[in-house]
Amino acid sequence: MSPHGNPEVPASSAGAVESSAAKVPVESHTEGGAAGRNAWGLWEVFVRSSRGLSHVHAGSLHAPDAAMALRNARDLYTRRNEGVSIWVVPADAIASSDPDAKGAFFESPQGKDYRHATYYTKSEGVKHL
Amino acid sequence: MTPEQTEQTETTGHGDISVGVAGSGDSSASATRITPGNALRPEDIALEVRTGLAKPTEDVAEYALRLGDDALILAQRLGHWISRAPELEEDVALGNIALDQLGHARSFLSYAAGLNDKTEDDLAYFRREHEFRSAHLFEQPNGDFAVTIARQFVVSYYQFELYRRLTESTDATLAAIAAKAVKEVDYHRDHSAQWVLRLVGGTDESRRRMIDGFKIIWPYVGELFVDDELTTRLAEAGAAVEPSSLKADFDRLTGEVFQEAELEVPEVPFAPGGGRRGQHSEHLGYVLAEMQVLAREHPGASW
Repeated sequence: MSPHGNPEVPASSAGAVESSAAKVPVESHTEGGAAGRNAWGLWEVFVRSSRGLSHVHAGSLHAPDAAMALRNARDLYTRRNEGVSIWVVPADAIASSDPDAKGAFFESPQGKDYRHATYYTKSEGVKHL
Repeated sequence: MTPEQTEQTETTGHGDISVGVAGSGDSSASATRITPGNALRPEDIALEVRTGLAKPTEDVAEYALRLGDDALILAQRLGHWISRAPELEEDVALGNIALDQLGHARSFLSYAAGLNDKTEDDLAYFRREHEFRSAHLFEQPNGDFAVTIARQFVVSYYQFELYRRLTESTDATLAAIAAKAVKEVDYHRDHSAQWVLRLVGGTDESRRRMIDGFKIIWPYVGELFVDDELTTRLAEAGAAVEPSSLKADFDRLTGEVFQEAELEVPEVPFAPGGGRRGQHSEHLGYVLAEMQVLAREHPGASW
């Protein structure tokens, strides 16, 4: 490796998806998209802004395959020095909670203040709390 | 980061430009922080030139003009793709590459302008066609997407070999510009190679167009690797690189992509060239007319 990367291989943040398999389009994404047009699949992009932090959802984009999705993500979401790492995930590989089930899903914890540490009084003599 | 700190970061400049990229550390990073980063900017070079810290020799200025013009004309060509690329994402990708090239052009031209107390704008907007030193490859029309990718493929593999070696130039400013540019051009290599493989391996139509694209672009490869008195003199002084010395690595690495794509390297006679002496094809005049018209209609205008 030279100080300027590997001259033998073009720069790529996509080392892990360099295999030819990564160039195979995700078929299920291209079917019936955008009124039957042969559209690129939708990918969700997660960017980690710094070492030690988590990847955070940044947005989405279209790409024909994973390797190109990473490159498009680099161009769309790290233009202003936002990231040190990118994940891309096919949008339909993400299972999401049903917005209509908000009550059943998310209201149950409300009022259960015993689930918070602040509910409890400190026992006498316990240090470093 | 507090606003005061932000402001300070912006006004302290970037230190010794011969160092290139100065490390700023990531210790204060937060999840939402966005910074411009810390790297050599064209403005830094213009400042060095204005204050007399850096001044090119006549030979180096002429050489910087060649590299700057290559990048400038390509940036102008690529800019035309904005809003016209096959997909929005590719629009942004080509726009990014155009802006990278424009940045390199501004750096080289700012430096070249130091010879006669001019500015990058004087050189970009107020020179005439025969005063431009770009090679013919860069002024070739965009054609369809495949032609543009073929041109990008040749340009990026050529520029990578050139800038990689130029980082060791005895001219500190050329070396610093090259050190910043080589990383960006490395990404351009990846972008074009990815597309070559996909277009060749895509549909019959995309394959046919990619092969045609290479046939259109390949005649202009020869001029890139021609030495002349200037490059020989500068190479002997260690300031520049003999273009011919890049050819072997260019052939080998582009050859690997052709091999992976199962394509033959195009066998076409090379065009005569002449761009380095100010002799251009019929295309450059139109590029310049569009690029220069506003600055010439309203000299000194700003917004």
